[in-house]
Amino acid sequence: MTTAPAYSTNEIMTIAAARLLKNGAVCFVGIGLPSTAANLARLTHAPDIVLIYESGPIGAKPAVLPLSIGDGSLAETADTVVSTPEIFRYWLQGGRVDVGFLGAAQIDRFANINTTVIGDYRKPATRLPGAGGAPEIASCAGEVVLVLKQSARAFVKKLDFVTSVGHLDGGDARQRLRLPGEGPVAVVTDLCLMRPDPVTKELTVTQLHPDINRDQVAKATGWEIRFAPQISETPAPTSIELETLRDLERRTKLAHGNLTGAGAGST
Amino acid sequence: MAEITTLREAIAALVRDGDLVAMEGFTHLIPFAAGHEVIRQQRKNLTLVRMTPDVIYDQLIGAGCAKKLIFSWGGNPGVGSLHRLRDAVEHDWPTPLEIQEHGHGDLSNAYVAGAANLPFAVLRAYAGSDLPKHNDKIKFIQCPFTGETLAAVPSIQPDVTIIHAQKADRKGNVLLWGILGVQKEAVLAAKKAIVTVEEIVDDLNAWPNACVLPRWIISAVCWVPGGAAPSYAHGYYERDNRFYLAWDAIAKDRATFQSWIKTHVIDTADFEEYRRVLQESTSQGVR
Repeated sequence: MTTAPAYSTNEIMTIAAARLLKNGAVCFVGIGLPSTAANLARLTHAPDIVLIYESGPIGAKPAVLPLSIGDGSLAETADTVVSTPEIFRYWLQGGRVDVGFLGAAQIDRFANINTTVIGDYRKPATRLPGAGGAPEIASCAGEVVLVLKQSARAFVKKLDFVTSVGHLDGGDARQRLRLPGEGPVAVVTDLCLMRPDPVTKELTVTQLHPDINRDQVAKATGWEIRFAPQISETPAPTSIELETLRDLERRTKLAHGNLTGAGAGST
Repeated sequence: MAEITTLREAIAALVRDGDLVAMEGFTHLIPFAAGHEVIRQQRKNLTLVRMTPDVIYDQLIGAGCAKKLIFSWGGNPGVGSLHRLRDAVEHDWPTPLEIQEHGHGDLSNAYVAGAANLPFAVLRAYAGSDLPKHNDKIKFIQCPFTGETLAAVPSIQPDVTIIHAQKADRKGNVLLWGILGVQKEAVLAAKKAIVTVEEIVDDLNAWPNACVLPRWIISAVCWVPGGAAPSYAHGYYERDNRFYLAWDAIAKDRATFQSWIKTHVIDTADFEEYRRVLQESTSQGVR
């Protein structure tokens, strides 16, 4: 018998993602999970992190999590608010973003992502919201961190649509296409942390969350997932991390009402 | 030169069937009142362009005003899907909707090029992406100086751009602040521009570098307080998040949507009456 964990799988995913963001990093943030994790990082170990949202705020420090990418609290707490073209032209394409922090509906073994459509593009089974800023972030950010829940439906052998590129077909594909950024350096899920193999760029499990085994990860992946020779265990959340996250979510709920939109992410 | 007029007159005079229309506002200052007036006046075959279609275009698409949508992110922010957009794309209801899909960086650049009166925008994007395979407006060109491959997209120059702003003065000069999105670029790119505002004042008291759109680039200014709701107007009112959530259930079902749009938009005289009817149906819990 194991005792019930004192935290949820969602919480460890968010906390593990937040830990990847270094203090002082300039971070281009998508709405939803990435925004939660980035703000958790800002409220814990990375007070000087600079959060950029595509609607225009630079250095946003929202007291509650934004529901939409253009919430007023982002503008009010930002160091400056610029226009959307300026965000993409001067700040992202200009090479001033260290980390792009994104979610996705589907991901493949080389961390390419789909946020456009499930099924055929012209006759879709499910029409998803689309690209948002993800293609440009995936190209131009210094590096990319992806965060999404793991399941065989999301981690697929072949994407229905490549919206934004990760490592394409692996190896030095990004360099051959002269993409400015390094591309995805980590994928954080509710089960584990994956990193691209240094040579092949195939996603490889390097860290399992506490009480998660390889079998669970393999079953939740649509391809034969690789495991690194040395796998570490994600340190359990500290009480400070957990309390800060829960407090943030509590404040958010109070501010917005009980709006917990599924699939709410914009990039 | 800006004429200060009613919204009904402005839409009647300036928006034609078949026009390329941009209604911009990035979550903030979305011109909902103007969108409703376009539905009321039953404009057809519009090509709608907007970075984030949002609930405003979900309503226009569901009401059958659009034949084509140019966009870069089509969700209900903070909630999920835009069901009327999806129904049009997935099932051709109420009419088939052609889509032309971009990324945010690309579409915002296309407005900048439009404002600069250039034929196309250039950016570093789309290498390896499937988007260019399904959008023949995204091309690749070689930099004439370095040989680097870059993406090119045609500029956007709407027949009419419609935005909402905080203030105008009595001559029709417009001031907006907060999250500006691409509103200024969309106005400068357009042949005609309509601006709805929260207030008309004697003096804008604009600070240097403020985002002021001078009256001589605007066709009509209309006083429509609350005209961005359920989105928000910085300094005036907050986003009505509950409406965005409620929209999910309204828009999910064709009949529910049709009845909502008839009661709240088609059968109301103007935005003021819409707000009254909305308040009544909200208090009865049937919106």
